[in-house]
Amino acid sequence: MLNHERPPITQRRVQLMATCLCDAFYDDVARATVEVLEHLGVEVEFPEGQTCCGQPAFNGGDWEASRKVVRHTVRTFSGDLPVVVPSGSCAAMLFHGAPLEFEKESDRASVEALGRRTWEVLDFIVNGLGITSWPGRYDAKVAFHRSCHSRGTGTGEAATRLLGSIAGLTVAPFGEGEQCCGFGGTFSVSFPTISSAMGGLKLDHIRAVAPDALVSADMSCLMHLGGLAEKEGKPIKVLHAVQVLRDALRQGGLI
Amino acid sequence: MKFQQIDQFAANLRADTRESVHSGSKAGHEKRTSVLFDHYADPNRLRQIAGEIKQHVVENLDTYLPAVEARLQANGVIVHWASTAEAANEAVYSILQARGAKKMVKAKTMVSEETELGHFLEKRGIECVETDLGEFIIQIDGDHPSHIVKPIIHKNRREIATSFERHGLGAYNDDPETITRRARAHLRHKYLEADVGLTGANFVVAESGRIVLVTNEGNSRFCLAATKCHIAMIGIEKILPRDRDLGLLLNLLARSGTGQQLTVYTEFIRGPKAAPQEDGPEETHVVFVDNGRSEVLASDCREILRCIRCGACLNVCPVYRQASGHAYRSVYPGPVGAVLSPLLAGKQFPELADLPKASSLCGACNEVCPVNIPIPDLLLRLREKGKREGSEAAAAATPPMGAWSVMATQPAAWKLAMFGGKIMNVLPAKYIPVPALQAWQAKRTLPAWRGGAFRSWLRTRAQPAADVRSAKSEG
Repeated sequence: MLNHERPPITQRRVQLMATCLCDAFYDDVARATVEVLEHLGVEVEFPEGQTCCGQPAFNGGDWEASRKVVRHTVRTFSGDLPVVVPSGSCAAMLFHGAPLEFEKESDRASVEALGRRTWEVLDFIVNGLGITSWPGRYDAKVAFHRSCHSRGTGTGEAATRLLGSIAGLTVAPFGEGEQCCGFGGTFSVSFPTISSAMGGLKLDHIRAVAPDALVSADMSCLMHLGGLAEKEGKPIKVLHAVQVLRDALRQGGLI
Repeated sequence: MKFQQIDQFAANLRADTRESVHSGSKAGHEKRTSVLFDHYADPNRLRQIAGEIKQHVVENLDTYLPAVEARLQANGVIVHWASTAEAANEAVYSILQARGAKKMVKAKTMVSEETELGHFLEKRGIECVETDLGEFIIQIDGDHPSHIVKPIIHKNRREIATSFERHGLGAYNDDPETITRRARAHLRHKYLEADVGLTGANFVVAESGRIVLVTNEGNSRFCLAATKCHIAMIGIEKILPRDRDLGLLLNLLARSGTGQQLTVYTEFIRGPKAAPQEDGPEETHVVFVDNGRSEVLASDCREILRCIRCGACLNVCPVYRQASGHAYRSVYPGPVGAVLSPLLAGKQFPELADLPKASSLCGACNEVCPVNIPIPDLLLRLREKGKREGSEAAAAATPPMGAWSVMATQPAAWKLAMFGGKIMNVLPAKYIPVPALQAWQAKRTLPAWRGGAFRSWLRTRAQPAADVRSAKSEG
């Protein structure tokens, strides 16, 4: 189980970890995260030196390389503010993966401390800030893919709760929702046959409910699924859940 | 190596084999889920308790093993210890020799697959017949099991009918009932002719010395009923502390393995027959097999020794469903196999160090495991071990992380790379000699590179956020 105990949120100020994927490809997701948090009255700090959470090397088995990056991340996100990240996967890396690879390291405590104050953004909104419904409007039917790194965490339920409360929005359940999309980090390029076959099964289930968009809390899953769909010549619109929250505010004239 | 072997195996797998494995494991998972969640309010709590019991055994094997030996001996069982596969097979062979036995019937046991007992005995002139229907089909085909519980999950009934015909078990007929009846008639004679019956054990209880076996075909009962000598080959991790632990573990095993509330047959064996019993073996032997388990116990992956061989992690695993069990090149396939097989390989670990790579780390295996083994964590530890020991099999098709770790620890270099990545928007991927990028693009498109765009937005937007809102409403 990937869940972890976090101290309660007492102040409306956080550090944003944008993630390397948003830094490189999905700037609008990071932007939506800022806009949503600011709408909630949360002040967002962006530590400029941030790079990546260290997960690619951790999953690839190169823990020595990964630990260097984690140490950099610990230094970059110093202090005691909550760290909010628009990715269940990067969040899980910080509260579960990094402590695992630092088990025998002398600076383990500082890594664990960062993990304890790290929140996936939807989990933060619902379980950190206590917000359980979302204003505004978003006219669409979406499929929500619960990414695997949010197994056992508050993210999946938080997402479906928030999305389900938006006026005009329907979340359409699809078959075998608990199955992995096949991304898996370096797995996607080391095991391209299996990875893409897994993605194909997921896309079949999603297409069967004909959603207007596929929504998730992880751009990595969406990059894989969206990329597969486009390569097949049947593109599918992919959105991070915070983009939907932000767009609902826009459509409702709230921002 | 250019490719990961398991991915290559999946790419070359016959479509009908993939379909058999996929539909069989998916159905198994769905049955498991419904029977667990329909009957129990909180199956996850039960999985945790069962995991704690088994972890307790693993942590205290040094005291449980002598305790169970003493209890078995008090029950009249002869106990043998085998540190290697070879020693285990020799122990069985010497029991057969002492009795002048030439024919053995055998129930399904994974530990005998580990030691390749059947081949060992056949080379020494012993007839060794598998009596579990699936294992019998594996035996006549000269094949290997591809699943822990359903050894022939990779075969369809047409293939089985062909095997039966080839083996002289009647003209081609792919009706499952006919196939089963033919096997039954054939095996009935084998039980009656056999000198010795060999089984495994699902559990051995330290408190009582009870050997517990579960089957659905009743074949293990025949193995014991018709022979004078029973040998149980048992991995040293199979111990449970108390009889009452069986209530939980048997319920979880059947539900997780086959989606049954309880298997059709559950046998509790206390030892050789004693008055007033009329039937049953005169002699009972237990061969405790280590075969690498002590080293697993000494490693940081000892949680895998909790495993009760239910196969639920195989059934739920999306990689297993695509690749099939034979892709794992070892006795134990799927998520549990990806941890256990390389560890049991000992010095040959590097040859199987690619197995822990064959996972998207989705965590479904941990979520279904009846003893709550943190399989993804163990896979990660073994990936690290594979990298540290320089395994070529593990390194295949794995992107190197050196340059990335340099950039990701130096913000200036990182920002430069964010800018430089834009070349991908103009240069076709085939001209960029990065294997990972090419592997990605072979199956998927890559979104437009927008490196640094978020940081620019953050820098240039009107501050503070309240101003952005007013600026918008004015515009």
